Amino acid sequence: MSFSIPAPLEAELDELVTRYPQKRSASLMFLHTLQEHFGYVSPEAVEWTAAKLGLAPINVFELVTFYPMFRQEPLGRTHIKVCRTLSCSLAGAADLRKKFCEKLGLDPKAHVPQTTTDGNFTVEFVECLAACGSAPVVLVNDTLWEKVDGTGTDAILSEGKRSETRARSAGMAG
Amino acid sequence: MPQEYRLILKHADQAGYTPDMECYLRHGGYEALRKALATAPRELPDGKKQSSQEVIRDEVLKSGLRGRGGAGFSCGLKWSFVDRRSGKPIYLICNADESEPGTFKDRQILHKDPHQLIEGMIISCWANDVKLAYIYVRGEFPQAARIINQALKEARSKGFLGKNILGSGVDLEIHLHRGAGAYICGEETGLIESLEGKRPYPRIKPPYFPAVLGLYMCPTIVNNVETLCAVRHIVSMGAAEYAKLGTANNTGTRIISLSGDVQRPGYYEVEVGKATLGELIHHENFGRGLRPGRSIRAIIPGGSSSKVLKAGERFKLKRKGADGQMTTVEVDLLDLPYDFDSLQAAGTMSGSGAIIVLDDTRNPVDVLANVSEFYAHESCGQCTPCREGALWMSKALHRLTHGEGRKSDADYLLHIAQNIQGRTICAFGEAAAWPTLSFVKKFKAEFEARGAADEAGTGPTGSGKPPASH
Repeated sequence: MSFSIPAPLEAELDELVTRYPQKRSASLMFLHTLQEHFGYVSPEAVEWTAAKLGLAPINVFELVTFYPMFRQEPLGRTHIKVCRTLSCSLAGAADLRKKFCEKLGLDPKAHVPQTTTDGNFTVEFVECLAACGSAPVVLVNDTLWEKVDGTGTDAILSEGKRSETRARSAGMAG
Repeated sequence: MPQEYRLILKHADQAGYTPDMECYLRHGGYEALRKALATAPRELPDGKKQSSQEVIRDEVLKSGLRGRGGAGFSCGLKWSFVDRRSGKPIYLICNADESEPGTFKDRQILHKDPHQLIEGMIISCWANDVKLAYIYVRGEFPQAARIINQALKEARSKGFLGKNILGSGVDLEIHLHRGAGAYICGEETGLIESLEGKRPYPRIKPPYFPAVLGLYMCPTIVNNVETLCAVRHIVSMGAAEYAKLGTANNTGTRIISLSGDVQRPGYYEVEVGKATLGELIHHENFGRGLRPGRSIRAIIPGGSSSKVLKAGERFKLKRKGADGQMTTVEVDLLDLPYDFDSLQAAGTMSGSGAIIVLDDTRNPVDVLANVSEFYAHESCGQCTPCREGALWMSKALHRLTHGEGRKSDADYLLHIAQNIQGRTICAFGEAAAWPTLSFVKKFKAEFEARGAADEAGTGPTGSGKPPASH
């Protein structure tokens, strides 16, 4: 797949650069924007960002490897981040993650992000999502689900499946 | 009767209150900014003249406001350290990287009342001659980032930001910057590195005090979301009125995040020090106690890096009597006023205002294992004692919770923790060491028993079964 940045996206990125006295500062916002567009940060995206900001590629790549939110390969369209930190753990986060894994046919013992073979779902444990008062919480793509119980788990999965169906029919229509 | 006092969260949860500009203006929004800009210069009794900006800075100092991010340092003093003679631009950064486990107060402001934060920031920028400021929002708050961006757009279109704000002759721009899931970005020099587009390795102090050598090696102020909101109220009501809220040396209000084993977890804004730890946990206006039949085993009083308090602990506090004499009183931990100084006197801290309650069904070994895994994951890796030590502690706790512990692990954990604290560039070393030091010291019997049971093959996950796989 060839790497190309559509003009509106490039304009958005150019605007980001103007927010900082030094271009390098825009690198994190570049990576967020590129990841939102492509689904992950590819080596091409790293090199493109570096060239755009006048950096060596390693200056950008070292950010991708350091910051937990950046990923180097595409993940499932529905990304389920289960908070594992103390308050959520006290409220049953381990069982919650296990339930997601079991329902999606993933290994409940694996402690790394896992994606279903159809590429629809990714489940991972993340650190504190700062919503401890409504534990256990789950961040599904950009949406926070609070006090997630059995019903919540099912709702998250069926919503994920619905969006897959929508995406597929949209893809066929296009 | 202890109750909430909603100053910063006054409107946030009211029906129909929305995060847009029109709603904020309907509720008296940006009036404090107008008041600040109209502040007259004044002459002090000693003949010294204060500019309008100096008057505001003086007000913030006199209000007694202490930083709400974790350190509890005087906001006015922090501002007074800013190098104003360097000729370099001065920057202000709002630390919205809320990531201390247990804390979820800034989330409320960012999502529900973003303009209050922006108004507080504009006032703070104006008072400190800042022309460019950033809001560093943690990556895990994607919706907050959108809300803040929208609010900034609205503020620009209304002339609160941009060139010549409200005809004051002053230019100011505020931009949003997003983190990407790293706890260390909450440390102010790590945050600055991150904002410069680098790995967030904290800087060594001295010489890199942000007030002198911060963002782009320029003087920089880093303030927490709640702190900047408080500035808006200090300007609005005046320092003297603000200082009447709360208690001596612990003025104003604080938003407490309460979670863990309580009936009604949540965020509660209170006058600082007007409610005790026990009231926050048990009172019907707050946590409403534990689940039926349970009792408190321990309390993590100020975010997961604060030292744990064990049920039944008693502390000596100095109190000023009606006659002005200082007396020492001994109190139970539940009777500790929840303020900066009392928690410090109890050997811990109120930190980010996050209380996590642990009931008698919780085993301290399991709890510490969870906390320790967090710090092992979040160590930035720059300093050897922290990078290696945090991981060693987590590994030892992993084996203790997987049937492979040893009785000597308790001392081993203490040994590692003691060799992390004080030996790192930033306070993360302490943040990682303190939970271990306090949990193991206060619950040593539990740690040793778990290890001994594992050695004897009678532990909860041992019992002669093969070791758990990991």
